[in-house]
Amino acid sequence: MATSTKKVTSKGIGSGGGFPGPNGKKPGGNGWHGGDGSKRKFSPASYRITMWVVLAAVLMMFAALSSVYIMSSEEQRQPVAMPSMFFVSTGLILVSSGTFHKAKRSLQTDRPRSYLRWLLATLALGIAFLASQLVAWRELARAGVYFVGHPRSTFFYLATALHGAHLVGGIALVLYLVYRRVRPGWLLHGEKNLTWHGVVGLYWHTMDGIWVWLFLLLLIFK
Amino acid sequence: MSVETHDGVHRHPAPTSFIRKYIFSIDHKVIGIQYIMLALAAVAVGMIMSLLMRLNLSWPPPHSWPILETLFPTGAPGGVMTPEFYLSLVTMHGTIMVFFVLTTAPQGGFGNYFLPIQIGAEDMAFPVLNMLSFWVTLVGFIVILLAIFVEGNASLGQWFSALGPSFAGGSGTVGPIGGWTGYAPLSALGKIAGPGQGAGMNLWIISIAIFCVGSLLGALNFITTLLNMRTKGMSLMRMPLTCWAWFTTAVLALLSFPVLLGGGILLLLDRVAGTSFFIPSGLYVSGLLSGTNPNFPLHTGGSPILWQHLFWFFGHPEVYIAILPGMGATSHILATFARKPVFGYRAMVFAIFAIGLLGFFVWGHHMFISGMSPYSAIAFSVLTLSIGVPSAVKTFNWIGTLWGGRIRFTTAMLFAIGFVSLFVAGGITGLILGQSSLDLAMHDTYIVPAHFHLVMGVASIFGMFAALYFWFPKMFGRFMSESIGRIHFWLTFIGVYAIFVPMHVMGLVGMPRRYASFTEYRFLDSLHPLVVLVTVAAIVTIAAQVLFYFNVFWSMFKGEKVTSDNPWEATTLEWTTATPPPHDNFAGVLPTVYHGPYEFAVPGAPNDFVMQTDVEADVPSGNGH
Repeated sequence: MATSTKKVTSKGIGSGGGFPGPNGKKPGGNGWHGGDGSKRKFSPASYRITMWVVLAAVLMMFAALSSVYIMSSEEQRQPVAMPSMFFVSTGLILVSSGTFHKAKRSLQTDRPRSYLRWLLATLALGIAFLASQLVAWRELARAGVYFVGHPRSTFFYLATALHGAHLVGGIALVLYLVYRRVRPGWLLHGEKNLTWHGVVGLYWHTMDGIWVWLFLLLLIFK
Repeated sequence: MSVETHDGVHRHPAPTSFIRKYIFSIDHKVIGIQYIMLALAAVAVGMIMSLLMRLNLSWPPPHSWPILETLFPTGAPGGVMTPEFYLSLVTMHGTIMVFFVLTTAPQGGFGNYFLPIQIGAEDMAFPVLNMLSFWVTLVGFIVILLAIFVEGNASLGQWFSALGPSFAGGSGTVGPIGGWTGYAPLSALGKIAGPGQGAGMNLWIISIAIFCVGSLLGALNFITTLLNMRTKGMSLMRMPLTCWAWFTTAVLALLSFPVLLGGGILLLLDRVAGTSFFIPSGLYVSGLLSGTNPNFPLHTGGSPILWQHLFWFFGHPEVYIAILPGMGATSHILATFARKPVFGYRAMVFAIFAIGLLGFFVWGHHMFISGMSPYSAIAFSVLTLSIGVPSAVKTFNWIGTLWGGRIRFTTAMLFAIGFVSLFVAGGITGLILGQSSLDLAMHDTYIVPAHFHLVMGVASIFGMFAALYFWFPKMFGRFMSESIGRIHFWLTFIGVYAIFVPMHVMGLVGMPRRYASFTEYRFLDSLHPLVVLVTVAAIVTIAAQVLFYFNVFWSMFKGEKVTSDNPWEATTLEWTTATPPPHDNFAGVLPTVYHGPYEFAVPGAPNDFVMQTDVEADVPSGNGH
């Protein structure tokens, strides 16, 4: 009655944003040392899986909010002019994904100074993005679109605020990368540095993508 | 990428201080027990509320219960329950039971304790996050209790009004009255909507939002742990079905709670910031038209149905969050005590997945009476009925597991068989209610409470009873009393059927649910003896739970001690380690797995079972190592 199982070739841990992690058939595949174990082995896969899982939850929330926008009633709706600052902020966040990717290249080719520069550029672009969103709010208010009003109007504020709150988390993560880079002993943690960069990158690029989606939703679906 | 790093995270040493060991513990086993204790406290509150509801239904006003006036002077003046008081009991019973009992005990409790051990890991992937998820959930429970008191107590309401005008409470109920579903627009309006829609409703929403965060933290830990921390040899198809169930539940929680969280934020904004997400134009409530009174500002363009969509998109997966761990535990326990492998292991895994997946596409069946298009209703109907297929696969496989087994009727086994019985009895009416044309007539009658209490309420609880009787010896090193357990089982089993079968009859006659009393309805007079019968059955069933509570706490300290680490002769990893398991679960040496989880009655093996860690030579059928 024994359950016979097929031999499965181990996929290994991989180096990209891969999903899922080891399949449990590899020796020590679960990230913990058996045996002597005074130390727990660093497991890149657990960081990556967790980030994917977090992003799945975040995406579900923004999907729900988008459906609120799409489903809210057409009646008594005043069309809202797209604030011109939104075009600027969209540009800023797109460029920030580019600089973040540049940072990854620098990390892979072992150029720590250039890595730090690109990280700081990403950080600056992220903060500039948040500032431009605030300017866009003022633009909306000047055009008579307020937080309290038709759900479609409120959504302009709500979407930017919730996305901004998530981006603040992203900025904190990039700051952590900067901290890792400047603290002593950076070179000792090659694998961990790459993992952390990859995980933060997943988050950062997804926030970029979510903003582009919200921007297109507001732009096209009026 | 196999570079050795110099900064391996230090393994957590076993804590020595009382606070780190039992209160702010990062040990998944302690956290699991904390969740179970939370559920035991919450279920007592929810049970007392159901008792109060039954008393009011059987002996309706003007019958007076003097003790109620002592406890709730505003909700039950002169000891006579107000209708608002009754509705708030309905709301709080539902909310506390669904969130703080059916979601915490099966997943946070047993899942936390046994998932890492069953896959051969030392702890969860992120122990501190795990601790946070419990404490966040506990804060959610405290806030929901506050919602009761802020509504029932004017002076506490005054104190809360410091948070803003919409928090001023004290309307004389025992909590919000929106039901566990909190339907808009009344739930979105604030005090203007009447008693029980004031401060307590804000706290209700906040509590749910906090609960969402706690559950999300738990879910991501479960998923990462299961995918990444299985021990050597523990391939996916060698995992116990309990692990599959906990994993699928975590995925459901991960994808559904964010939607409720988003909806909750919008609902709260409608109430405290004056937005109009769920409030339509031209609403006329409590004698006031929107926009004509400073207490009721102008609202435009919102959609109350939208709240239903967001709520039920979460709400339907939520019922599977409650029941799937019970299914896992039942499969596990049936195989162990029938001394047979689970019939159709693979089919069971796919059925769990199919139920989880389909659960995301059927939320509309809670909304057939919302005026949805009949075409949508048909789509939701067909998808709903199709859940019958994986459910039937599971049921027949459970029966197949029992068939021809050498059954050992322990209390855990009795409850697992009881689970199957309740799941079938409750599920069968799902096929009736899932059809939109029939649901239109039955939706607001007692058939629906009868259906969901049997299939996702009591059945899940039976799964948890089975799990507790089964794993108690591993958790505490002592058995629960089998003789008390048997009395507990039979009283509860007969009791719940005596409660919920008559409710089907009431529903068919047309008795509406959520009503505080039926004295105004002549056509329901003849049902009153049945109503009293249900109440008597409820009192007996609740009394049986006192036995259960006694059994739990008495056995913890005075129960019969276990003499072996594997008293049930089971096969999975939790039975290979010490009793109770040490801080790192396996005393530093992680097990290696060579077998599937349910190798009972193996021909040629020295015992009638092969543990997952037994080396290969013991069994005839090879397995790739």
